[in-house]
Amino acid sequence: MKLKYFSAPYLVWMIVFILVPLLMIAYFAFTNDDGGFTVKYISDVGQYANIFVRSIWLSLIATAICLVIAYPVAFILSRMEKHKQGTMLMIVMLPMWMNFLLRTYAWMTLLGNNGIINYILGLVGLGPYKLINTSAAVVLGMVYNYLPFMILPLYSVMEKIDKSMFEAADDLGCSSVQTLFRVIVPLSMPGITSGITMVFVPAISTFIISRMLGGGSNLLIGDLIEMQFLGNAYNPHLGAAISFVLMVIILVIMTVMNQFDPDEQVLM
Amino acid sequence: MKKLGKIYMSLVLFFLYIPIFVLIVFSFNETKSRSVFSGFTLDWYVRLFNNKIIISSLVNTIIIACLASIISTVLGTLAAIGINNMKKIPKAVVMNVTNMPIINPEIVTGVSLMLLFVFFAARMNLEFGFATLLIAHITFDVPYVILNVMPKFNQMNPHIYEAAQDLGCSPFKAFRKVVLPEIMPGVVSGFLMSFTYSLDDFVISYFTSGSTSQTLPITIYSMTRRKVSPEINALSTLIFIAVVIVLIVKNVIENRSQKRREA
Repeated sequence: MKLKYFSAPYLVWMIVFILVPLLMIAYFAFTNDDGGFTVKYISDVGQYANIFVRSIWLSLIATAICLVIAYPVAFILSRMEKHKQGTMLMIVMLPMWMNFLLRTYAWMTLLGNNGIINYILGLVGLGPYKLINTSAAVVLGMVYNYLPFMILPLYSVMEKIDKSMFEAADDLGCSSVQTLFRVIVPLSMPGITSGITMVFVPAISTFIISRMLGGGSNLLIGDLIEMQFLGNAYNPHLGAAISFVLMVIILVIMTVMNQFDPDEQVLM
Repeated sequence: MKKLGKIYMSLVLFFLYIPIFVLIVFSFNETKSRSVFSGFTLDWYVRLFNNKIIISSLVNTIIIACLASIISTVLGTLAAIGINNMKKIPKAVVMNVTNMPIINPEIVTGVSLMLLFVFFAARMNLEFGFATLLIAHITFDVPYVILNVMPKFNQMNPHIYEAAQDLGCSPFKAFRKVVLPEIMPGVVSGFLMSFTYSLDDFVISYFTSGSTSQTLPITIYSMTRRKVSPEINALSTLIFIAVVIVLIVKNVIENRSQKRREA
């Protein structure tokens, strides 16, 4: 028996449960209830342009903040003594092992109108401020939930950068800023690109964070899709069309990201 | 410079941990207040254990995670063996499709499976529930098993399987005695990864579960939609403790095996 036939059960599974469902999204996006071809739903997506713009904008901000916060964290981690690195990495990643609904719920508790932040501010005579149900709260939720996804790929490339690189740059007369932009950043590029994808993709498609921290006024693409399938506005054709457009947006962004990656491959 | 680094790390850790610690503290709070700690109680824990919905969805989550990860490990390991022996182009095609559930946003995977199940539900006797949930979990688990096992083949000498057969092993015995031990670390990490993903998944389960079969994350979601309930805080505390214990055990095991390798 040839070994390649071992994959037969999986190939059947893959076709039925990965390929066919994705083709069904495309099929539903371009057909109406009678099964006839239509671009009505795809063009209807245009009505929600503001939600698309908001989703892209908020998730770009969240991704940028994650990159700025995570970059020094990954660098510090990678320069620690070897035996400390493992433990420290575990401490940094530990909150990610909590279910993300609970992590987001924790921020609901903190940011609420009767929450602890407003309470503490009240003690010193400030507020109460409207913290929850704002777009800033949504960005905060994204940063909090997806920060570890940025730290991990950055750390794994920086860990491999040899210390002598910095010494060489120093010997050749680089200032520490020059070392950062001419040595560390180029060498950590694969980590940067995969970190950006790993934060941006879940951020742009979330519906939980916007629902729990954004109230009703900060709908994102994810909310829009969810409403077409499980909400009152049941309309799988429109939902499929929105999902289709979302996939195209992500594909375009990942292709752009790959241009920056020397290996031309996004690390997952 | 070193000091600055320490301060920075402490600030980031503060940001990461403070919400969790607030939840833990308020799980012992007497009243439902989210800001004032009025007195110590274990009431919310008692209520949690008496909450039938939570307990049954926890049991359901564990059953699904076990079944899904075992089935995916078998399916994925067999698949990896097969894919490894494919020609270049079919291999690339299969790997690209396999990567899709990992690259795609979870909501797209969830919605695509929901469309498929709706299609079947209308034509066959299929209802949303345990079966659809299990299929969905296996579907997003298998790619992780394949991605964990595949690299092990690249590290393995491809001729040892033939050598074992030349030395008188049947193909099956050669596989069991020679190939399987080589790829075992990948199989184990693939299994563990799919088990944790299954335990933790909300988005895909949300679209494929129906009303009869709920998992713990779905129950948590419906709890957060309703009024404030400190039972969630109690649940978070218990999950946090469980996570800490698992990670410490994992670390100890890894350190020990590393020391053994060094010795």
